[in-house]
Parts: sequence; C-alpha cells; structure tokens
Amino acid sequence: MKTSETKNHSLAKCRNEMKLKLPSLSVNEAIARAAVAVFCSQADPTPSELADIKCAVSEAVTNCIVHAYRETVGTIYITVKLFEDGLVRIEIKDKGCGIEDVDTARQPLYTTDAANERSGMGFTVMESFCDKVRVFSGCKKGTTVTLFKYLKGRE
Amino acid sequence: MQKSNCVLSLSSDENGTLLRVELIGDIDHHGAVGVRSEIDGAISEHRPTRTVLVLSGVEFMDSSGIGLIMGRYARMNAIGGELVLRGVSDRLMRIFRMAGLERIVKIEEEEDEDERD
Repeated sequence: MKTSETKNHSLAKCRNEMKLKLPSLSVNEAIARAAVAVFCSQADPTPSELADIKCAVSEAVTNCIVHAYRETVGTIYITVKLFEDGLVRIEIKDKGCGIEDVDTARQPLYTTDAANERSGMGFTVMESFCDKVRVFSGCKKGTTVTLFKYLKGRE
Repeated sequence: MQKSNCVLSLSSDENGTLLRVELIGDIDHHGAVGVRSEIDGAISEHRPTRTVLVLSGVEFMDSSGIGLIMGRYARMNAIGGELVLRGVSDRLMRIFRMAGLERIVKIEEEEDEDERD
C-alpha cells in the first residue's frame, strides 16, 4: 500500500456519521455530492464551504468512475463523519484498479485519460478546497481518498 | 445515458460567424460528456469564427469543466476561430486559475446585447 501525507487529525468526538454505497455510474456524481452536502448542512457551513465540499467530493467520486472502475461498474463506498470541533472527514473508497504512483497522480495536469478530456486537475481541486487530502492506494486493490475539512461556519 | 443536470442553449448569427452557447446547470463529468458532442456538432455545422460560452447559468462545476473548455478551445483553434468565456463567477475563476486556464482562454466581462439573437 502506498500512502502520501498522513497525519493524525481531530481528537474531538464524532457527532454524526453517514455511510453511502453507490454503483460507479456517472449519474451518481451529482447524487453523491448532494447527499454529502445535505449531511454537512447540520454543521451550519457557509455556502462557500458547502460548495468546496461538493466540488471535492465530485472529483473523488469521478475518479472512482473514470479511473478505478474504468471498464466496469463497481461499488463506491462513502463514509462521512462530522466531529464536535467542526471537522468533516469524508472517506471515498473503491475496490478498483488502484493508482500505481500516488505522488505523480496528485500532480496538477497529470492525467492518464487525456483522450476523454480529463484535465488532470482532480486532486489539485480536492487539495485546494479541503484542509487535507489523504490517499491510500494499492494496485488492483483499490484506492481510498480521505478529505478533511474544518467548517468554520457562520460565526 | 441518463438525463443530465447540464443543459445548453445554442444560437448563432445570420452569417454563422458567431456561435453562442449558454450552459445551464451542473458541469461535472456526467454533464460534460453530454454537452460536449452537442457543442462540437454546432461548431462543425456553423464553423464559426467565434464561439462564446456563457457560464452565468452554471450552478456547479468541477475539473470536468476545465476539460470541456480546453477541448472546445482546441476545437476552435483547429478551425482558426476563437473561444471566449463569459459570465465567469468568482468560484469558476478560482477553479480555472488552478489550471492556468485564464491565461489561455479569453474571458470577457460583459455580454454584448447585439450578439444576442
């Protein structure tokens, strides 16, 4: 298993949790980000924070659909945890092909699918819109992307 | 392909030199795949010298939007025309900047009324 950027996070208590399981159909990109946004709304995020989360989730879910389960339809597992200190932790997991070199995949504009107009900006967008992005991947085992974002809310 | 949250409205001027494409809704991978062929079909048909993508009706966009725009930019370049973006919100601009798209594709502020059909 290859990892990049691991660091311990929130020690605060988990307030609420949601688990989602979706087939890797592109129509589920919108459904996944909407469901996660609704769940996060309970923490009273700003519209901008909510838009950041939607965009980051959309990128991670799209990666599962176009890369992990490229020639097939597999299952995408999403776990969202909301902590007392405002941290939202979103884990997006697949059991697809895996990423050979995570550090390269995270480089801006790097793509293995230019033919289908993939911009290679997915991880860059996730990193820009979240406080931390963790990626675990194993060849032919799958990939787990975890997004960490502190919701500062409206105060 | 199931129904997408992204729709577009196309219009062109009488002599077909200008193509106006208004994108409405969510531009994600699912939505981009659908509108891509529609826009390319219109470009092939009209062979405009200028294609204007109006983005003020876009409610959501992720990096699939970058791919969609760069692809149409390349398409217009190939026929010697230009691609122009209009109605770019701050959020869209933030995503464009991540890829340096604003340095490649022309972005205009105002919509010229007489270009509307």
